[in-house]
Amino acid sequence: MAEPSTRRMGFFTDTTVCIGCKACEVACKEWNDVPDDGFVFRATSYDNTGALGADTWRHVAFIETGDRWLMSSDVCKHCTNAACLDVCPTGALFRTEFDTVVVQADVCNGCGYCVPACPYGVIDRRERDGRAFKCTMCYDRQLGGLEPACAKACPTQSIQFGPLDELRVRAQERVERLHAEGNTDARLYGDSPDDGVGGAGAFFLLQDEPEAYGLPPDPVVTTKDLPQMWRWAGGAALAMTGAVAACFLRRR
Amino acid sequence: MAECHPVGFQWVMEARDRGAKVFHIDPRFSRTSASVDRYLPIRAGTDIVLLGALINHVLSNGLDFREYVLAYTNASTIVSEDFRDTEDLDGLFSGFDPETRRYDTRSWAYEGDSGQTDEMREGDERHAEAAGSDSYGARGAGSSAEPPSDPTLSHPRCVYQILKRHFSRYTPEMVAELCGIEPERFAELAEAVTANSGRERTTAWVYSVGWTQHSVGVQYIRAASILQLLLGNMGRPGGGIMALRGHASIQGSTDIPTLFNLLPGYIAMPHAHRHDGLDHYIEAEGGETGYWGNRRAYLVSLLKAWWGDAATADNDFCFDYLPRLTGDHGHYTTVMGQIDGTVKGYFVVGENPAVGSANGKAQRLGLANLDWLVVRDLMLVETATFWKDAPELETGELRTEDIGTEVFFMPAASHVEKDGTFTNTQRLLQWREKAIEPPDDCRSDLWFYYHLGKKIRALLGDDERDRPVKELTWDYPEHGEQRDPSAEAVLREINGTGPDGKALPSLRELKPDGSTSCGCWIYCGVYAGEVNQAARRKPGREQGPTALEWGWAWPANRRVLYNRASADPDGRPWSERKKYVWWDADKREWTGDDVPDFEEHKPPDYTPPEGAKAQDALRGTDPFIMQSDGKGWLYVPAGLSDGPLPAHYEPHESPVRNTLYGEQSNPARRTVDRPENPYNPALSDRFPYVFTTSRLTEHHTAGGMSRPLAYLAELQPAAFVEVSPRMAAEVGLENGGWATVITTRTAIELRVLVTDRVRPLRLGDRTVHQIVMPYHWGYGGGGLVTGDVVNDLSPIVLDPNVFIQESKAGTCDVRPGRRPRGRALLDLIERYRDG
Repeated sequence: MAEPSTRRMGFFTDTTVCIGCKACEVACKEWNDVPDDGFVFRATSYDNTGALGADTWRHVAFIETGDRWLMSSDVCKHCTNAACLDVCPTGALFRTEFDTVVVQADVCNGCGYCVPACPYGVIDRRERDGRAFKCTMCYDRQLGGLEPACAKACPTQSIQFGPLDELRVRAQERVERLHAEGNTDARLYGDSPDDGVGGAGAFFLLQDEPEAYGLPPDPVVTTKDLPQMWRWAGGAALAMTGAVAACFLRRR
Repeated sequence: MAECHPVGFQWVMEARDRGAKVFHIDPRFSRTSASVDRYLPIRAGTDIVLLGALINHVLSNGLDFREYVLAYTNASTIVSEDFRDTEDLDGLFSGFDPETRRYDTRSWAYEGDSGQTDEMREGDERHAEAAGSDSYGARGAGSSAEPPSDPTLSHPRCVYQILKRHFSRYTPEMVAELCGIEPERFAELAEAVTANSGRERTTAWVYSVGWTQHSVGVQYIRAASILQLLLGNMGRPGGGIMALRGHASIQGSTDIPTLFNLLPGYIAMPHAHRHDGLDHYIEAEGGETGYWGNRRAYLVSLLKAWWGDAATADNDFCFDYLPRLTGDHGHYTTVMGQIDGTVKGYFVVGENPAVGSANGKAQRLGLANLDWLVVRDLMLVETATFWKDAPELETGELRTEDIGTEVFFMPAASHVEKDGTFTNTQRLLQWREKAIEPPDDCRSDLWFYYHLGKKIRALLGDDERDRPVKELTWDYPEHGEQRDPSAEAVLREINGTGPDGKALPSLRELKPDGSTSCGCWIYCGVYAGEVNQAARRKPGREQGPTALEWGWAWPANRRVLYNRASADPDGRPWSERKKYVWWDADKREWTGDDVPDFEEHKPPDYTPPEGAKAQDALRGTDPFIMQSDGKGWLYVPAGLSDGPLPAHYEPHESPVRNTLYGEQSNPARRTVDRPENPYNPALSDRFPYVFTTSRLTEHHTAGGMSRPLAYLAELQPAAFVEVSPRMAAEVGLENGGWATVITTRTAIELRVLVTDRVRPLRLGDRTVHQIVMPYHWGYGGGGLVTGDVVNDLSPIVLDPNVFIQESKAGTCDVRPGRRPRGRALLDLIERYRDG
């Protein structure tokens, strides 16, 4: 068994080679013992699980546009600046040694603060028990030096797992090659450390606008303004204290 | 391929990444269509028009690989002057008997071959009766090694000229009119296929049941074979015609067959009234030249494997112990026998015909009329539970209390709970280990048959007729608490042993004198050196491009069949780029990246001496070593039931007139004209829509292995029908709502998926709508999700060569909303039948 990595690990999902087989969804559920998401015929192309949620940690979107049928396997982005982690009051959410973001089900108290905090709508509470669940990037497998189940099961290497810096280089080369071949729609999503979440640990190569895949075009970590807000709040409190004090002073 | 073989499709994706251009031709826009360079929608059941037009394009523009065609095919061979083509007879070939709707195939022979005896004739009426041609076509008996030929290809009766004339009416205009493919799109395909063939390049075709499940299915494959031979794409790397199988080891189940008309290794099952003894059988089978000339060695070795010491030269090696055919014992004939009460018992192993076979109602009526039924499966599939949940109970056609069938359900071990081999479509045997013990009463098939055999043998007395079973070699080492027979011992028996008792290294060692035994001659060598060669797992990156040390491919570990054709007649590679197997003149042997599919030391200039037999009768330039003349057959002089060349016939049920010939449908197709199996009239306004059935990535065939699994069932939870927005508007269907699909067999209800992926086809000035229905659902079977049985819609109408049903192209009507229940359902069908 390989030694676990000490670098930041991530997913690069190249949707140009996704064939929509959903092996990632099934492998994820098998390994992580995620329950089914209900048996609902949604009449939305070949997608019957709908979206990422407490019971779907990998989700393959099917987008029918004119002549094209786009497929993309979505997953938790494992943000550099993760709002879910910022707002978690119990410490159930934590950052691992692989720089991924993981919920500990045995610590989670089901407060649900993390749910609205996620700019992608990924993390979700399971109705039956109230706790929050999402992709762990197979933390347990990584500890054993194994790649996550979804990447292992992907037959076309649409889902690639590895050190994030390497994946970013590889993705950049891939997108440049696609552009050279005339596929000018190809673009990376979530790869930039300068974006609103400080760069995603799971990023994508898309063939259309992010909105077409149900992804926010310009996600911003919801707790981004927190320090500033605290500063303002602190300033306001100070000012208020000052004002109150001044009142007292004047009265004197 | 992406839809049903996603793991194999990774190599197509890799080929694309390396510059391969991939076309997908299919009535349905599937996940494959989404991942290729060009998708061509086609009307279901018209592929011979398209392939024929490609052949015509090659022939009329002189684009064939002439050197290859001249040397390696029968293009120059001259055909009997009695032969008449469809061009002469408006869609019929010579020899057709309108009474029996069968062909007398004598006039199709090569010139000078008419001397063959009646016994040696193939594919004609009597052989068609028992699907003989299933094996005959592959074997290529019934003609001599050196038939008359004209190397200038100008003789009017040479195969090349016959082909040219036959396919001349297959034009791009006909493709537009019948298939619905625009001429520009056809031109693009034709250009790509021809530009990518020749010395420097090869093109491969991949098909699955979209080509085979037709009343003219075998001829679809024949059409592709002709194209590939003309372009020089057979026996060469990157070429060929790949049959994608329906599930794991279907290839294995034809090699060591579950088919009624074959013995292991494609040896024909003897016939009760035609084959008196071993000598007579061998003589009647013909084909003394080419590798089938060794048939006696293969068959005697098989008999030795089965009956061991009891098989001696004096008793014909127990040839008379073999079962005999008396006619067609195929699946659908068996079902009709059940309904008639002549078939009393039934073993169903790993199949679910109540859901998976055409005309599900006929299947279930048959099951309900048995004395006993054994179902071996992982789950309680519908075939085992029909007596309590078949749709016929709701309509009143069956009543549980009236069904006398005693059902024995035997739970089976899954593939991870037993060891053994899978043989994949490229003939690659891969050994798998047992990972865990099967739970409870679940047992492997090997365990089941071995112990059943032991129990039966223990019951036998001294009756003469029990001797074939009593004298069988039936002694394998047993392992573990459950006394599992050793699968490796079985594989070794299949490999065969020599006089010294050691595992044979190669099929060339097989002898006709009873000194060798071998359970399947094409598998001989899989246990060479007393090593399980199928269990080899040397990673591809640690070996050459053909990875000869991964698993083992039959025959003789060859990865590309007929690979002698990858070199030119002189034995040199056709090009550096496509170098594969070649003649090393210094060492005087064939060598290359693969195991040469040729005698190692037979030089390219070898000429057979007078009277030579078997492979010795073939020249050093004859790569197709199983054929009696060593040539690739553009024209099939013997072996097929419905013509020496493919011709387009409309499906039995079609809304479109065949504008190519006066014959609307395959004149030799096999119909089952019975009340249980009514047909929609052709060209009927009552059934204006074309339907095709399909599969999804998320499910497995009739659903027995996927519907009970939550992780798969949730991904495709409902039976649905895909329709175009235009048709949805025409019929009044709503996305997500319900539709009722109606044929004369029954009506079923499905959820509606309206999608732009389904495109109405323009045929001349009319539009044809097609609908697509995956068939994975059923009424029970322990499934978490249920649905109506799509195959209940399909008629039983069969290809006359192999008796496969036409489930990929039929007609129907479609209405919005759910179907009627109970008696009202029968009334609805009644109204449709009566018009």
